[in-house]
Amino acid sequence: MDGALPLIWRKFGERYDLDGNKCGTCGTAYFPARAVCPKCRRKGTLVAQKMPKKGKIVTFTELFAGPAGFEHETPYFIAIIELDNKARLLSQVVDSEKEKVKVGARVEKVFRKISDIDPEGPIAYGYKFKVVG
Amino acid sequence: MRNVSIIGYGCTKFGEHWNKSFRQLIAEAGIEAILSAGIEGKDIEALYGGSMASGRFIGQEHIGALIADQLGLNPIPATRVENACASGGTALRSGYMAIKSGEYDMVAVGGVEKMTDVGVEQAAIALGGAGDQETELFHGASFPALYALMARAHMDKYGTTEEQLAAVSVKNHHNATLNPKAQFQREITIETVMNSGYIATPLKLLDCSPITDGAAAVILCESEKAKKLCEQPIEIIASEQTSDTLSLAARESLTETKAAKIAANRAFERAKLKPKDIDFAEVHDCFSIAEILAIEAIGFCEQGQGGKFTEQGNTALDGQIPVNVSGGLKAKGHPVGATGIAQAVEACLQLQGKAEKRQVKDAKIGLAHNVGGSGATCTLHMFKALEGKN
Repeated sequence: MDGALPLIWRKFGERYDLDGNKCGTCGTAYFPARAVCPKCRRKGTLVAQKMPKKGKIVTFTELFAGPAGFEHETPYFIAIIELDNKARLLSQVVDSEKEKVKVGARVEKVFRKISDIDPEGPIAYGYKFKVVG
Repeated sequence: MRNVSIIGYGCTKFGEHWNKSFRQLIAEAGIEAILSAGIEGKDIEALYGGSMASGRFIGQEHIGALIADQLGLNPIPATRVENACASGGTALRSGYMAIKSGEYDMVAVGGVEKMTDVGVEQAAIALGGAGDQETELFHGASFPALYALMARAHMDKYGTTEEQLAAVSVKNHHNATLNPKAQFQREITIETVMNSGYIATPLKLLDCSPITDGAAAVILCESEKAKKLCEQPIEIIASEQTSDTLSLAARESLTETKAAKIAANRAFERAKLKPKDIDFAEVHDCFSIAEILAIEAIGFCEQGQGGKFTEQGNTALDGQIPVNVSGGLKAKGHPVGATGIAQAVEACLQLQGKAEKRQVKDAKIGLAHNVGGSGATCTLHMFKALEGKN
C-alpha cells in the first residue's frame, strides 16, 4: 500500500511469474497460492505451480476515475481473466485496441510497471494482460 | 428461548456535516436512542460500535471506549466492530448475540462514519480497504470498478440494461425526497443518470452512492423485558451473517452474491417466512447493480430478472415489494459504518407506522441486508413489531 520495499519484494514470484499452486486432491488451481485448499481443507495436497500465461476476459470495465497513483493512466481497462487452467485473476488490460476488449477475448500476460505511488520509493512491477489475435 | 428487540433508536441527518465531528455525530444518535427508549444510561450493560475506517478518516482508532465515554456510559464493556461497509450490521448482530447468550439484558449498538474530514481521493483509499489490497487495489481497481465488473457480467449473462440500472437510482432518489434525513432531496430521471458520465463502464456517477457523514444507534433489550418497557418493541426475528472471498476474481460467481443468498436462505428458514411475506426491505445499494444483486439474492424476483423487476416498478414505494423506501445508500447517503444501523432504524419507523410520507401500508415484516466490500461480508436481519405495555 505504501510502496514499502519488502512488500514489493516478497511478491516477485507471484507478480512477475504468476506463481500459484494447485490442489492434487481436487485439481483446483489457485492464484495467488493458498495455504489451504478451501474445498478439501486438510485432505488437500497443495503443490507449487506456475499459472498459464494465456486466458480469456470474463468481465471488464473501463475506468474513467482511477484511484490515487493511477490518474495518469486514466482511462484504462480492468478485467477479470480466466486463465487456461480455470484460475481467475484481476488485471489491467493494456496495449489492445479498445473495440477488442470484450467478454470472451483471448489475452496473454505482459510484464509492466504497475505503480510508483511514492516518488522516492521503489517501483512496483507485475503482470498486465493484452488482447491477442 | 431468549429473543431480542429494539426499544429505542436514533439517527442523525445524513449528509456533509462540516460543523460536526465523529464524536458529536455518534453522541447525537446515541442520546436520541437512549431517550427514545425511555431508559437511563445506567441500564445499559454493554456497547458495540460499528465504524469501517475511522483510523483513515479521522486518525482515530479505539472508538468503542470513545463512544461509551461520549455517551457517559463508562465503565461498561465497549467494543468496536469492523466489517467494512457491513460494520453496522455486524455491530447489530454482535449486540443481538450478547443478549441472546444471556450475558446481558440491555445493550447499546451504534454505527458512525465521518467521511468528509478528508478529500475525495483519501476517502476512496479508505474505502478501498474493503477490497483485496494485494490482488485488486494494487492493480488499479477501485470500488466502482469492482461493482462495474459485476454489472458487466450481469448484463452479459442476463441482458440487464444500463437503463434498468438507472431505474434503481431514480427510484431511490424519489424515496429520499420523502425522507427529511436523506442526503439528497431531489428527483432524478433515467436521462439524468444516463448523462451523468462514466466512472467505470457501465456505471456512471449517478449509479454510485455518495460520501456521507452520519451516525445511527439502537437500544437492544431482551424481548420479555422489552414488552414491559416499551409500547411497541421491534423484535429481531432473524439475524444472519456470512462471509466470502475478499477477492472478487476468486468468487464462484460474478453474477450472484453467494454470501447474501446463504444469509437470506438461513434467515427465511429461521423466521419460517418466505420472500413474499416481507413487506419492505432496506438493501445495500452502494451501486445500482448492488440493489439488483440484492433483490435476486433475497429472492424477491428470479435470478437475473432484477433489472426488469425494478424497471417495472415492483420495488417502488407502492410496488409489490418496496425496496429502500428510506432512499437507500444511493440517496439517503452511505456513512459506511452507520449504514447497517440506519437500516434497522428505518425498519423501526416503518413497523411503528412513523415513516410519514414514505410509510409502507400495513408494514408487518421488514428486512435489512448490509454488505461489506464487494460481497465478502453480508448481514441480514428481519424485524417485526411486538405488542408491548399500554
